Amino acid sequence: MNDPILEMRGVSKSFFGIKALRAVDLTVYAGEIHALMGENGAGKSTLMKILSGAYRPDPGGEIRIEGHPVRIEGPLGGRAAGISIIYQELSLAPNLSVAENIYLGREISRTGLLARGAMREAVGPILKRLGADFLPSTLVTHLSMGQRQLVEIARALHARSKILIMDEPTTALSAGESARLFALIRQLRAEGLAIIYISHRMDEVYALGDRVTVLRDGRLVGSLDKAEIRADTIVRLMVGRDVSSFYKKDHDPEAGRGHPVLAAIDMADGFRVKGCSITVHAGEVVGLAGLIGAGRTELAHLIIGALPKTSGRLELEGRPVEIRTPGEALEAGIAYLTEDRKALGLFLDMSCLDNINLAVLGRDAKLGWFLDRDKARERADRAFAGLSIRAANVGAPAGGLSGGNQQKLLLSRLLAIAPKVLILDEPTRGVDVGAKSEIYSIIDNLAKAGTAILVISSDLPEIIGICDRVVVMRAGHIAGEVRREAAVALNQEDIMALATGMEHLDA
Amino acid sequence: MPDNGASQAKAASTATNGAAAESKRQRVRVLISALGMLPVLLILCGGFHFLSEGRFFTGQNLGIVLQQAAVNTVLAAGMTFVILTGGIDLSVGSILAASAMAGLTLSKMPELGMLWLPAALLTGLGFGVVNGALIALLRLPPFIVTLGSLTAVRGLARLLGADTTVFNPSIPYAFIGNGSLTLIPGVASIPWLSVIALLVILVSWLVLRRTVLGVHIYAVGGNESAARLAGIKVWAVLIFVYGVSGLFAGLGGAMQAARLYAANGLQLGQSYELDAITAVILGGTSFVGGIGSIWGTLVGALIIAVLSNGLILVGVSDIWQYVIKGLVIIGAVALDRYRLQGSART
Repeated sequence: MNDPILEMRGVSKSFFGIKALRAVDLTVYAGEIHALMGENGAGKSTLMKILSGAYRPDPGGEIRIEGHPVRIEGPLGGRAAGISIIYQELSLAPNLSVAENIYLGREISRTGLLARGAMREAVGPILKRLGADFLPSTLVTHLSMGQRQLVEIARALHARSKILIMDEPTTALSAGESARLFALIRQLRAEGLAIIYISHRMDEVYALGDRVTVLRDGRLVGSLDKAEIRADTIVRLMVGRDVSSFYKKDHDPEAGRGHPVLAAIDMADGFRVKGCSITVHAGEVVGLAGLIGAGRTELAHLIIGALPKTSGRLELEGRPVEIRTPGEALEAGIAYLTEDRKALGLFLDMSCLDNINLAVLGRDAKLGWFLDRDKARERADRAFAGLSIRAANVGAPAGGLSGGNQQKLLLSRLLAIAPKVLILDEPTRGVDVGAKSEIYSIIDNLAKAGTAILVISSDLPEIIGICDRVVVMRAGHIAGEVRREAAVALNQEDIMALATGMEHLDA
Repeated sequence: MPDNGASQAKAASTATNGAAAESKRQRVRVLISALGMLPVLLILCGGFHFLSEGRFFTGQNLGIVLQQAAVNTVLAAGMTFVILTGGIDLSVGSILAASAMAGLTLSKMPELGMLWLPAALLTGLGFGVVNGALIALLRLPPFIVTLGSLTAVRGLARLLGADTTVFNPSIPYAFIGNGSLTLIPGVASIPWLSVIALLVILVSWLVLRRTVLGVHIYAVGGNESAARLAGIKVWAVLIFVYGVSGLFAGLGGAMQAARLYAANGLQLGQSYELDAITAVILGGTSFVGGIGSIWGTLVGALIIAVLSNGLILVGVSDIWQYVIKGLVIIGAVALDRYRLQGSART
């Protein structure tokens, strides 16, 4: 292979005496996709921020780009050194056009006036090279998440970056958009860019990675070549122990299945959901699969009364129920875990204790109004112990917790009401491997205890790993159902075929 | 080898020292964030005492400060509820005037005179609930709704007294405006106005920190969509907080009426909303909602009163008082930002 384009030698970073990164050596070559993995808090984002210039590394380490030692300083330092980063939360201004975003901070001006035309012209060829289906003059607010990612990539190419760092780029993308992104990443590799690809998802790392580097607790614990990339090896490196059964499904899908608890019949909102029926039994874990935009989250919102429905009815344990608000759903025993825990779930400034107790405050209250602080404290302590939530103490603000711990916090709020039906929307999105396997075992235990569980997930291995049967949605309709046939396990291909509508083409 | 051992021991002791210093710093930080603006208040008091050659810390002067802070404290308490939900209530000054006018007008009716106090409170509550209903049910922005009622209610206040000043030298319960509660006969007493303000702060604290509703108020301010999904009746919380703000403005109106034996619909309570908002912000309550405490608001209201009183004691001209007050407000909030930045984790 050619000479390395990026070499980091003994790079460390500490905050207030805490080592976030310990003497990391990382070598990246031009024309390779280098996957970077690790649990949340392993040091990936610190490493990235050092490369972008947001953090300055501790003295003693060395960073070389194309063999020359460099100092990356200031927010533009990374870009000047030829490194571009595409963050999980995209950093585009939605009110500006594509061209203006690409030129942001380096606008072309003529005698002080913005030269919009020149900027648009210059951006055109780059967009074409990326296969973009939008114009330089399009406002970013009109673009889908996948298209916005293209704008970010165009920005990096336009800055003539040689190293492109992508932080979980597919979190917000549909399967089709992800596939297109992968093709583009391979094209960029062929053009000689070095790509550092950060992801939690094993299937992506398989598909893309030429090499994998794993970080744990701020240390680089191993680098694997393409031939050595295997799920169990990576997981072992990441968590530092053997994870024999990552997906946990101990509950008995046959004998454990009880009476139908939730039956949603012919639900529709006249827009994204067009007449869907779904039934979940006690002690059963049902998966709800489909592409992004198929209407899965909207169906869940219809069931819990967060969206107004134009038709449909609900039966709970055989009796019809009327649910108009999320509050009524909770009272009826239907709990919903949102896919967007920060925007729609947690109160980041409030303590863990308040976050856990929020749904049951009224039920616990003394004289109907006054907080029962002992009971709240007890419940929070139990949740911390039972779900192994890691935080300084129950009084710490929820915003300071890692993704996995925040998710468990939110889950414990729902469990506090002892729901009959639990609807989990992307329960492990943005959650590290350790917390993932803990969440799977919580789901399994709830099923054993007889809770009816509906899991919405875009992660097919996850759905197959934890669910008893899978209902697939496509464009607002139930496209079909995938069951395990005797000894044959659920399989990804059947689900994808239903989700994309390919089953019609097969015959 | 002994050399090596010694250096290891030294390294270990530096590490423990570092950890101890870190935990000490942590404790100082927690203390500072709990105290908030209290040090600023104390420094102001001390400074004015020194500059006025010992005329600040006298029983009489402190009584005046407490009395002057009372009405603004009550308004600011209501404003705290509103700002905690991420809203704003610009109409409290006008509601105060309208409530005082309604109360005074009723107090002059022979049979109904004793009812003036509840009438003032209900007037305030009514306007507040209307604000809340417009904001919660029609989903109008709080700034616009209360900007509208700032003007409209002011007009109603003038209408109530036919645009004249209403007097009632024999208004019932006049003691709440001018009397004092004797703590130790002949030694210590506290104005009834201040007693009411303190009670309002205590009740507010009880509601915000010890009731389910209080948690719901913080939740709505912290994340309204999450609150809705968590089953909180956001509309009810909003109507409640604007209702409380109106009710406390009504109480403020009653306090003013009892103190002055008179009210004028045009002049009473002009720009009181600004002092109330200032007190809340000085108290460290976040303008976007979800963070803040009623004790901070009390400290903020006292800072404003101490400033006014101290500047007069020191003999600063009326014009410069404005300039200095404005600068202190900006400076205090800048300090607060700096303090919060220091505690934020990277």
